[in-house]
Amino acid sequence: MALTREQMAQRVAQELKDGFYVNLGIGIPTLVANYVPEGIDVMLQSENGLLGMGRFPTEDEVDPDMINAGKQTVTARPGAAIFDSAESFAMIRGGHVDLTVLGAFEVDQEGNIASWMVPGKLIKGMGGAMDLVAGAENIICTMTHASKHGESKLLEKCTLPLTGAGCINRVLTDLAYLEIEDGAFILKERAPGVSVEEIVEKTAGKLIVPDHVPEMTFD
Amino acid sequence: MSGFDKRVYSYEEAMAGIESGMTLVAGGFGLCGIPENLIAEVKRRGVKDLTVISNNCGVDGFGLGLLLEDKQIKRFYASYVGENALFEQQMLNDEIEVILTPQGTLAEKMRAGGAGIPAFYTATGYGTPIGEGKEVRVFNGRHYILEEAFHADFAIVKGWKADRYGNVVYRDTAQNFNPLAATCGKVTVVEVEEIVEPGELRPDQIHTPGIFVDRIIQGTFEKRIEKRTVREG
Repeated sequence: MALTREQMAQRVAQELKDGFYVNLGIGIPTLVANYVPEGIDVMLQSENGLLGMGRFPTEDEVDPDMINAGKQTVTARPGAAIFDSAESFAMIRGGHVDLTVLGAFEVDQEGNIASWMVPGKLIKGMGGAMDLVAGAENIICTMTHASKHGESKLLEKCTLPLTGAGCINRVLTDLAYLEIEDGAFILKERAPGVSVEEIVEKTAGKLIVPDHVPEMTFD
Repeated sequence: MSGFDKRVYSYEEAMAGIESGMTLVAGGFGLCGIPENLIAEVKRRGVKDLTVISNNCGVDGFGLGLLLEDKQIKRFYASYVGENALFEQQMLNDEIEVILTPQGTLAEKMRAGGAGIPAFYTATGYGTPIGEGKEVRVFNGRHYILEEAFHADFAIVKGWKADRYGNVVYRDTAQNFNPLAATCGKVTVVEVEEIVEPGELRPDQIHTPGIFVDRIIQGTFEKRIEKRTVREG
């Protein structure tokens, strides 16, 4: 069975370590915050200028001056810091964020990522995505493995305009967890009940399949 | 206005000197921390052919979205413009030129402009459409593109508190691009919720020192919320 969005978030959360500063993109990455393992403390960085993003506010706590990068009202947790946009991107571009999780339309075997525009469709902008992929050394890309029509999104070469070049080394799809190394995807884990054959069939880029590919485990 | 007293008492006075064809940089992220009354004054004046630099373009009918109604903006630098139907329409009709700029690059271009740095290299955008046509250099085996600083005729900024010397503090995430915008305008106008007596703001907690600020005005703010998101209390 392909992973649900919640299971994808849960799998990503297994990569969190105590003391990590983490930037979570919009969509599935945002859900990761719900699955931080017990006994682990992470600080969420929101690129509009908040380190230590807390929960959504109660109705009484809503404050128009307190929002996240998705423009939703939020709170700051104890230990939080607030700063301007240049300082925020100094953290991001300067490689100070321990883990970045973001979505993508396509990823290729060279670690290129396309996530911000589809030619012919209305362009809304890249926001902070280009800075995030350029700055982070540790990125997990979350995406569906193939389109609804079965077309692979793990490619030999991205077809859409890039968000960043050669910057992705880990991908979690609804079918598999893969790493990118030396121009190939390496299949590390498969979703419970998903066969290696299905993953091979739905991966258009070069795929290295080790002898043993364990199933993901969830607590 | 005289000496170090930068207070003005009307929005008309606050935006005196703005003309058609000028470049305007505005603080704010979404609708958070936008200089909403200064924007409304720019609309009232009807100046046209503006080049506007800001992370977003407000929403229909509020914030910088107001300046779309009478087609006052000719060119717009932003990182994200997806919240605004009128903007989309003018973009599709080629009535507004949009130069999408990565968010961190946008912030740094403001900072550099204010800091006397004409351009800087960044890895952001290399190998993407944003890097096309820009100078590339390799440092320590990595590719970087050259991005030029912003300079604006007017900077419009929203602060929380200020004193008459133009020292400003911001509140929570309404800070965002405001302190950066404040540095790169030839004329920097800051509207705040409260003008306090000199000495009330701790000197070591000033975000924008008065040297960057030309005019200060106290206003009242709607502070519209774009995406109210709450949890059960």
